Amino acid sequence: MSRLLEMKGLTKRFGPVLACDNVDLKLDAGEIVGLLGENGAGKSTLVKMLFGIYEPDAGEIYFDGQLADIEGPGDAIAQGIGMVHQHFQLVPPLTVAENIMLGAEVVPEGGPGSVVGVMNMAAAEERVLELSKRFGLKVDPSAVVEDLPVGVQQRVEILKALNRGARLLILDEPTAVLTPKETDELLKVMRSLADTGVGIIFITHKLREVLAVTDRVTVLRNGKYIGSAETAESTQQSLAEMMVGRSVVLRVEKGTAHPGSSVLEVRDLRVRDDRGSAAVQGMSFDVREGEILGIAGVEGNGQRELVEAITGIRHSESGAILFGGIDMTNATPREVSEWGVAHIPENREKDGLVDNYSVADNMVLNTYFKEPFASRGIRVVDAIRKWASKLIEKFDVRPRTITSPVKSLSGGNKQKVIVARELSAENKLIVASQPTRGVDVGSIEFIHNQLVHQRDKGRAVLLVSAELDEILSLSDRVAVVYEGRVVAELDGATATREEIGLLMAGGSASEAAVS
Amino acid sequence: MTDTALADPEVGGEDNDSAESSALAAGLRGLRLPTVAVGLAAVAGGILLIVSGENPLSVYWSILDESFLSGSGIGRTLEKATPMVMGGLAVAFAFKAGLFNIGGQGQLLLGAAFAAWVGYNFDLPLVVHLPLAMVVGGLVAALLGAIVGALKAYRGAHEVITTIMFNFVAGNLTDYLVSRDGPWNDPDGGAIARTPRIRDSAIIPTYGDIPIGFFIACGFAFLIWWLLNKTTFGFEIVTTGANKHAARYAGIGVNRIIILTMAISAFLAGIGGAIQSQGLFGRFEASNNAGLGFDGITIALLARTNPIAVIPAAILIGGLNASTTRLQQDFRIEPEVVSILQALILFFVAAPSVVRWLVRWKAIGDEEAIQLTGGWGA
Repeated sequence: MSRLLEMKGLTKRFGPVLACDNVDLKLDAGEIVGLLGENGAGKSTLVKMLFGIYEPDAGEIYFDGQLADIEGPGDAIAQGIGMVHQHFQLVPPLTVAENIMLGAEVVPEGGPGSVVGVMNMAAAEERVLELSKRFGLKVDPSAVVEDLPVGVQQRVEILKALNRGARLLILDEPTAVLTPKETDELLKVMRSLADTGVGIIFITHKLREVLAVTDRVTVLRNGKYIGSAETAESTQQSLAEMMVGRSVVLRVEKGTAHPGSSVLEVRDLRVRDDRGSAAVQGMSFDVREGEILGIAGVEGNGQRELVEAITGIRHSESGAILFGGIDMTNATPREVSEWGVAHIPENREKDGLVDNYSVADNMVLNTYFKEPFASRGIRVVDAIRKWASKLIEKFDVRPRTITSPVKSLSGGNKQKVIVARELSAENKLIVASQPTRGVDVGSIEFIHNQLVHQRDKGRAVLLVSAELDEILSLSDRVAVVYEGRVVAELDGATATREEIGLLMAGGSASEAAVS
Repeated sequence: MTDTALADPEVGGEDNDSAESSALAAGLRGLRLPTVAVGLAAVAGGILLIVSGENPLSVYWSILDESFLSGSGIGRTLEKATPMVMGGLAVAFAFKAGLFNIGGQGQLLLGAAFAAWVGYNFDLPLVVHLPLAMVVGGLVAALLGAIVGALKAYRGAHEVITTIMFNFVAGNLTDYLVSRDGPWNDPDGGAIARTPRIRDSAIIPTYGDIPIGFFIACGFAFLIWWLLNKTTFGFEIVTTGANKHAARYAGIGVNRIIILTMAISAFLAGIGGAIQSQGLFGRFEASNNAGLGFDGITIALLARTNPIAVIPAAILIGGLNASTTRLQQDFRIEPEVVSILQALILFFVAAPSVVRWLVRWKAIGDEEAIQLTGGWGA
């Protein structure tokens, strides 16, 4: 196969930080290369240089054997490089065909239509159908994008790139937003695209996917090129070690649970979402002392609203939430936390942290008014600093400074600040929502161990996660939610990936209807 | 775990002591933009003056000489600056909670009118009368602010809209109160819409040329700074302004904070009005306070919403305003020229990217840009 891309010695510096340090990457036509690394390892920086978003400080990019000069994304697209971003660049109210043609509209040749640029929709839809057939990506060209499931929207993004003649496709963490089933479909699509000669750079930190679909893997760490490996000769363990630079325990070590009495009881709970439609539609479950209950489900099946109702942020329409037998339905967030509920929120930047505040102030975000952090309404800065210094040691927050604003921290360290704050108080129930989203492997291991440690101390843990692996490795019991209801409760020790995956998609009976 | 996290050696070495000095450094950095903006405004205004046939240097010298180089000049400058400090504080304080109070004018009028009413209507010993008049003026304004806050908190009515509307309500209400048919009209005033004279026991005195009211205003500036930076209440306000979602998550009663912040902000503007009546005019006169409340926005922007910086910002703008009569006498320059200078300063402060482009100063980064409102419906 012919060499499609060769990046040599790419270097990019942001102020004092060397984001990419002399990195090499090679890609043949029809090959899939996994670009692997923890958050902040330089993966995104590297591909952004390839796509013309950043200008490299040093290094050369050869595309099709020629030294390429990529001035911007427009340039990259013109040369045949396409990128599917983590956040889709689609216009939701427009149709699939309109989105794919956006910026490359088909206009009729000659006549008044060509002067004012009237779009020829019929021709556009025909072209989309032709593309979709050629590359095996099923879409309905006349469907409106906002009505489509996320997985299909992603297909539209890929088609958009292919329509511009992309021979090299960059996929930036494409599976982060997908259900297990959609992920499997995407991996199949990637393989068939590669078979038509497209080269693919696949960015992810999910080792299972890398092993399933790539031909080769390139690993970065702290901006440096660590090495490449043939996928066939790699294992999850070997790749994780390359990423982190030490041996990693992928499976969480935990003993059997010794559950006690119920700490949280949810009874026939109904909660509406922001738009006012029913999100939680009659959920009931218990979480007991000394156990981890995992709530498994595709995102958007009422998990967010459930967590917000339990923690007092959202109003419950009906049903009951009991803490230790006390009715706390529609208590305020302050009442909930005073009772002894710790909350690791799903969206850490939005809910869990004040970005401009120092690490120290974030460490006392919900205890700022208590002794010793305040005395008669006056903040006691020394006590706050002392506490924060202790926590960043104990929870290994890097860098070891309590005065820098939290926004300067990496995702994993931001999450550690929240975990430190929430798990260091004396609590009875821990509500952890997507606790390791966007967090690097090393921090995931740390956070998982902390949650198990809390369980072993006799605390109740409610774990909400869209990551099946996380649910499977941590939960003592698993409640699968679908469309706002608990559709099954399984024993964590015996539940299988396939079983949960099926239930998450709406159960075996309705599976055909879903796809 | 040594290799796992992104350790930044330059930040890693920082300790608590250097945090103090870096806070000072940040404060000094914060001064750069306003200083450069004033300089640029002087240059742009100078071009304007040259075009209209004046020597800008002699005009600027006149401003300096008139407003800052004599006792009576300083007195006049501080008189002008006093309501600006309070108005600037009102805007800056609300901004900390993410609220844009442009109702300073109406709040100031209410404060001025009610302070005057307490001042002329009651006969009390000075130690009670003087502060009571101020506080009543402030509290009536605060009530208006609380209504604005409640409308925002519970009904989502944007405070920019409601404060503008309340400016008309407050303006017309105070006009009526002191009008010939109004209950507070001065019978000796003839056609002039004003209250009777405030009793001496409620008058804020001057010390020589220097108005004591200015120092009361400065006291409030330090009080507000302390409140915001040292108290848990201040922490709640700033947290609400920085991230409303995180504030709710942290158990802060966001609605309560919005209402209280609007009330305190309006209280500050009301006190500004009270000092005008009790210190400068000795009564409330409907036409005396036109536009004063809006200067607060200029001042707060120039001070980059820092309560302490409000004081020098108000002195600067107050000094410009105090020189208008002299400029008219010496150069026949209309007072509007001073308004243009003020507008230019504001323009350069509000648009750091323009300044950056003009002076090619990389250090004035995006982090210095301030956005006063989170957009409609925010």
